[in-house]
Amino acid sequence: MALLGIEGLTVEFPTRRGTFVAVKDADLTVEPGQIHGLVGESGAGKSTIGAAIMGLIDPPGRIAGGTIRFRGDAISGLDAKGMRALRGRKISMIFQDPLTSLNPLYTVRQQLVETIRLHLDLSETEASARAVELIERVGIADPETRADQYPHQFSGGMRQRVVIALALCSDPDVIVADEPTTALDVSIQAQILDLIKELARERQVGVILITHDMGVIADTTDVVTVMYRGEVVESGPTREVLGNPQHPYSQSLIAAVPRPDVKLGRFPLIGYGGRVTEFRIADLARDWPMPETPRGTPLVEVDGLTKQFQTRRAIRASRRRYLTAVDAARFEIRQGEVFGLVGESGSGKSTLARMIAGLFPSDEGDVRYAGRSINTGRRGVPDWYRRDIQMIFQDPFSSLNPRMRVDAIVAEPARHHGLFTGSALRQRVAELLDRVGLGADAGLKYPHEFSGGQRQRISIARALATQPKFLICDEPTSALDVSIQAQILNILKDLQDHLNLTMLFISHDLPVVRQMCDRVGVMKDGKLVEIAATEDLFAAPGHDYTRHLMSLMPRLDGLSDTALQRA
Amino acid sequence: MLSFILRRVLQSVLVLLVTGLVAFAMFRYVGDPVDTMLGQERTVADIERLRENLGLNDPFFVQYWDFLGRAVQGDFGISYRQGRPVGEIIAERLPATLELAAVSGVFALGFGIVLGIFTAIRRRGTAANVIMTLSLIGVSLPTFLIGILLIYVFSVELGWLPSYGRGEVTWVSGWPTGFLTSSGLSALILPAITLGLYQMTLIMRLVRSEMLEVLRTDYIRFARARGLRDRTVHFRHALKNTLVPVITVTGLQLGSIIAFAIITETVFQWPGVGLLFINAIQFVDIPVMAAYLMLISVMFVGINLVVDLLYVAIDPRLRAEGKAA
Amino acid sequence: MTDRPETDPAAGAPPRPPGRLYRAWDSDLAYAFRHSPVALVSAFVTLVLVLGAVLAPWIAPYDPFNPATLNLMNGFTPPGQTNAITGDTFLLGSDDQGRDVLSTILFGLRISLFVGVAAVLFALSLGVSLGLIAAYVGGWTETIIMRIADVQLTFPAILVAMLIFGVAKGITPVEYRDQVAIWTLILAIGLSDWVQFARVVRGATLVEKNKEYVQAARLIGRSPVAIMVRHILPNVLSPVLVIATISLALAIIAEATLSFLGVGAPPTEPSLGTLIRIGQGFLFSGEWWILFFPACTLLALALSVNLLGDWLRDALNPRLR
Repeated sequence: MALLGIEGLTVEFPTRRGTFVAVKDADLTVEPGQIHGLVGESGAGKSTIGAAIMGLIDPPGRIAGGTIRFRGDAISGLDAKGMRALRGRKISMIFQDPLTSLNPLYTVRQQLVETIRLHLDLSETEASARAVELIERVGIADPETRADQYPHQFSGGMRQRVVIALALCSDPDVIVADEPTTALDVSIQAQILDLIKELARERQVGVILITHDMGVIADTTDVVTVMYRGEVVESGPTREVLGNPQHPYSQSLIAAVPRPDVKLGRFPLIGYGGRVTEFRIADLARDWPMPETPRGTPLVEVDGLTKQFQTRRAIRASRRRYLTAVDAARFEIRQGEVFGLVGESGSGKSTLARMIAGLFPSDEGDVRYAGRSINTGRRGVPDWYRRDIQMIFQDPFSSLNPRMRVDAIVAEPARHHGLFTGSALRQRVAELLDRVGLGADAGLKYPHEFSGGQRQRISIARALATQPKFLICDEPTSALDVSIQAQILNILKDLQDHLNLTMLFISHDLPVVRQMCDRVGVMKDGKLVEIAATEDLFAAPGHDYTRHLMSLMPRLDGLSDTALQRA
Repeated sequence: MLSFILRRVLQSVLVLLVTGLVAFAMFRYVGDPVDTMLGQERTVADIERLRENLGLNDPFFVQYWDFLGRAVQGDFGISYRQGRPVGEIIAERLPATLELAAVSGVFALGFGIVLGIFTAIRRRGTAANVIMTLSLIGVSLPTFLIGILLIYVFSVELGWLPSYGRGEVTWVSGWPTGFLTSSGLSALILPAITLGLYQMTLIMRLVRSEMLEVLRTDYIRFARARGLRDRTVHFRHALKNTLVPVITVTGLQLGSIIAFAIITETVFQWPGVGLLFINAIQFVDIPVMAAYLMLISVMFVGINLVVDLLYVAIDPRLRAEGKAA
Repeated sequence: MTDRPETDPAAGAPPRPPGRLYRAWDSDLAYAFRHSPVALVSAFVTLVLVLGAVLAPWIAPYDPFNPATLNLMNGFTPPGQTNAITGDTFLLGSDDQGRDVLSTILFGLRISLFVGVAAVLFALSLGVSLGLIAAYVGGWTETIIMRIADVQLTFPAILVAMLIFGVAKGITPVEYRDQVAIWTLILAIGLSDWVQFARVVRGATLVEKNKEYVQAARLIGRSPVAIMVRHILPNVLSPVLVIATISLALAIIAEATLSFLGVGAPPTEPSLGTLIRIGQGFLFSGEWWILFFPACTLLALALSVNLLGDWLRDALNPRLR
């Protein structure tokens, strides 16, 4: 008998435009000590399964069919009281965002003791002692002192440890972890995943690990279930599913994962469910002005850029505190290359990119573009520079003005610089939208009518409207599903090949950087610690921090080689 | 934390100085005091002498400083209309307003918070929906109409309660109170309800929406996922977080009770400072207006300061960082 | 992570997107409106009252302010009855001076609505501009604007309105006071209410200005004014709409309150509040209709506008449903 068994689970959300089936006829089992991965892209229904197990589906959503069994007893039909006896006691949950999962007004000890005493028959002192034990167990140093601190005094990773400690309060048999590391940096992510693995082995807890990240699945899980649009498409031992996927969707999903071990020309796009859309960047090359300077000469020279932010205001200068976000960055980007900037959150890579783009003034240092300084006056960067550069942003949901029609969005840069007007502009916009694979009619719609990947294509069309020579991509795919990421990265590669664009590519994702970049700079705490050609860097990282980052890359050794074969 | 409180106190003083400036400017420039005081028969010499006596020829900020100095001692000049010192008139009438405001404040806060929590927790229940609909009528009903309605029903038709005045007052160490006589208490009921009802609906709606907001947060979901009882989740986790924003706005609401007292006092002919103020506006009695402005700004600033201190007591984030979140 | 399906790029995209009118009809807001009885009824009541106010000179049965047509003999005629002496009929009765209550209500509504709408528009333009500028420019500009807002917020709007009205009255020469009273009211109520708009717009702008579409506009070098007006303003308007509706109800009530207290609309141009002030005197002597009908009209107006505002807030904030 399985610890937790789900049979034929169907979850529906009635909406105005008909019933939306979030999960359809899903089966799943978890054994003690086993980590069961639930993987899929957005809209796959994986989080809904987690909520269904906990009995936390928000109305009007409802379980329309199937059963969830815990040690053989059906729990899906339980009333609120019966569910509460199980929830927290036998089945615990870990949420995605540790910053918002803890009540800010109570100390960690108060929250732990409250939960422990609810589930176990212990006195205040005993519960308090157990709370300290748990804090220590999840790897927080000096537990006695830390217990009396408030959540805001902990860092993100530490808070997630507290959340895990809370989930462990009652010695649960099953833990549902919904994207437990998505909000964390890679190095913290690895620690949290190790902790979950250890706990599963040690306490024989069954874990359902919900994630969109193939690397997490490969590293952590024993069994994996792949979901697509609410349905389970494939399920089995992780090595088998990743190494030899049977279902076409699993194949396409795994093929789209950027490989850390070898550079491919293009991402293989295995169409599934009509997802791949044609784009014809090459057609744009006809009337594209080609750069005057030959490939390989320095186009952008960054010379000692520095930026400080004041973190504490004070009247007396000696009491002010500053954070050096970027510390004397010095490098060059050559004509026609893709230069990568990689680092964890807070390393200053985005600040650096925004200074190069002229969105932030720098405190010190200079940027030279084609030999001319861009710091020419008090009104920001000069127009000749603005015409030549463009940027693609991270969040496709906020990078397009929701109140503007798509054609107006794409036309704005070209219209502002007076490059095209009237019917020439309209024609240009239609052509661009068509080339990025959206069709010319897309211009008549508003951004909310498009999916994340499509919006990123609109962003690309906007960036191309001024025929720029230098393109800054700030984490352009980190908010996208892997299959969409593969498409967008392929478009960017095409841009570079056919239009001879120079690119600054910012990412926290080493495999993506390996696939995209010619040379890479590694950033840590505002400093560039290493700059090298991509293949050299991956073959022989020079700096300790680079090696550390490399060691955290997910090992996808068992991955299917379909990708390689088809590439 | 100390610097937070210090900064708040400084800000309060600044607010007082600014309102003092407004009051002074009103006092000094709206309607010429000399004109008002001397009447029709006057000579240039008279005017000049009076100007000199009143210090009207001094530089602006010297006059402002004198004004503040006198205001601190309770000297706001002479009422144009009654010809008596403004400070004296206000001192006479303030107890009536304070008693009325205190009773309706307690009424508004008590019922507002309880009903707000109730309607948030039983969001989809019938009772909660009925209360919410009634509260909208409460918000749409001008205070003076509530007063008239209550008078009509309870005084005119039923004859249970007096329709105007404050009843009999007893003097307790220089303070005339209506709390100690039955006529004083019965005279207080209708005005207190009139004044408190609108504030109560506002506080209730605010508590409800803040609580709903908190109930949607991740830490509440996580608290439920840990198996905590509804009671614990609602009253231990949600309520305390709800109080943080509610306290600020409630502080402001309590302040506005004093302002709305003007209306209630007019309807019920309650002999407080509000009635005094409205008469002052009708007759452009500037010294009274200026004094009233100074008086209530002191009260408001005091309430706000208390609110800030409560804030610090509730929210550990403020205690640690010493600045507003 | 939200588990919402991405719309399929390939499947089912119509050849031409539908027109603007259809879009408006099909939008979630319009749908919610069509399916909310409360919203429909309150919109209907509001519409009827607004039409009554606008068309007052043409539909009012009598001209209540023309001394030539007034007959004191008509005084205190109860509702629906014909005066025995003059033979005039008054649907909602007549007041002490023989004025038709229905007609005075229609004209009073006109003044109440005019003052309310004008005051809100004034507060809205002032508040939205200042909030937008404060948030986008930042620094000292922001500090000064928001400090003023904070200080003003310390004082209840109705009190600020009274003070402004009192001061303005003090400044105006006696002979002009009645003539400018309406404009003074608008100024006073408008000035007392801008803070709400400024705070909400500033808050929303602080969120919007860090969004990447604003960065994209800055990147190509658009001017701050263009970014504020073209990009940010349209995206902060929905909370403004909600506040404007609720403010309208508040402004109407504030006007009525001031007029009731005798510090608002002059007797020559009576608003609903003035009418209630007049009627209050007759309530206890049995002529209830002089107060009752204006009071009902005021309540109906304030309530329906409030209900609309309340509905709008819920509809624009889907999380609350």
